[in-house]
Amino acid sequence: MQLIINGEAQTIAATTLSQLLAALDYEGDWLATAVNGELVHREDRNEHMLSDNDRIEILTPMQGG
Amino acid sequence: MLDLYGSQIASRLLLGTARYPSPAILTEAITRSKTEIVTVSLRREMAGGRNGGAFFDMIRALGVHVLPNTAGCHGVSEAVLTAKMAREVFRTDWIKLEVIGNHDTLQPDVFALVEAARILTGEGFQVFPYTTDDLVVAERLIDAGCRVLMPWCAPIGSAAGPQNLSALRSMRAHFPDVPLIVDAGIGRPSHAMIVMELGFDAVLLNTAVAGAGDPVAMAEAFAGAIDAGRQAFGAGMLEPRDMAVPSTPVIGKAVFA
Repeated sequence: MQLIINGEAQTIAATTLSQLLAALDYEGDWLATAVNGELVHREDRNEHMLSDNDRIEILTPMQGG
Repeated sequence: MLDLYGSQIASRLLLGTARYPSPAILTEAITRSKTEIVTVSLRREMAGGRNGGAFFDMIRALGVHVLPNTAGCHGVSEAVLTAKMAREVFRTDWIKLEVIGNHDTLQPDVFALVEAARILTGEGFQVFPYTTDDLVVAERLIDAGCRVLMPWCAPIGSAAGPQNLSALRSMRAHFPDVPLIVDAGIGRPSHAMIVMELGFDAVLLNTAVAGAGDPVAMAEAFAGAIDAGRQAFGAGMLEPRDMAVPSTPVIGKAVFA
């Protein structure tokens, strides 16, 4: 499946958001995820099915002002 | 104590966490400044989230309040989504709402800001809006549910200091009961002291500290200036006048001629 992950096109076999995070080697409870401009809560990632060309944002804490 | 959405805060210095020479210097600056609120951000990161996790662990270990921002957002939907993602990560309803309207000045898009603030307060967020010193915008933000206002005093990172003292003074007079935090544009401790002497409740700093030759010493210097300005405001200052007033009594002066 073709996905746009943090702005980059990638081909990934995952079918749910949780599987995608595992495939990309993301870990920890501090991640925020959005699919096609909508927040997907961490407790909903197991059930969230991905579709071809979904735009996925994965954000983490960073320094800020 | 400063009351921000029900949290009682002793320090009137809020510190950003960006652009420090090292994590150790950032940690030391936070500790020595005695700040109780630090601002943080959310960004894409490809290292499996581990860099972000390490940063978050460091901030959590300091035991301070975390104020996530929506820095760099240019529209309502982008800012609202970023705020929701920040709540997911940082587990706080606080959000420093930035909606930028101009690339060169990083001036807030106040129309989008008010709209985003209304949406977010409706979803339970406690919004700290980064705004201009415009009174009508400030009223709209209050109408939208904001209980704190954060006017700029000069463009972000400019270090230019307060550019419009009369506007800041008006804002203080019009909103006597709203916590007012000067955000953006402070360059040196004397700038911070000036706005505190005007009666502002707190100052948010980042570049002025992070970019200093010795950020830790500068954080302490700002903390002292902010305390002094606050104390002076409470003590009541003299108004300037044109003519001299002798400070030593004239009565009882010896006559030698």
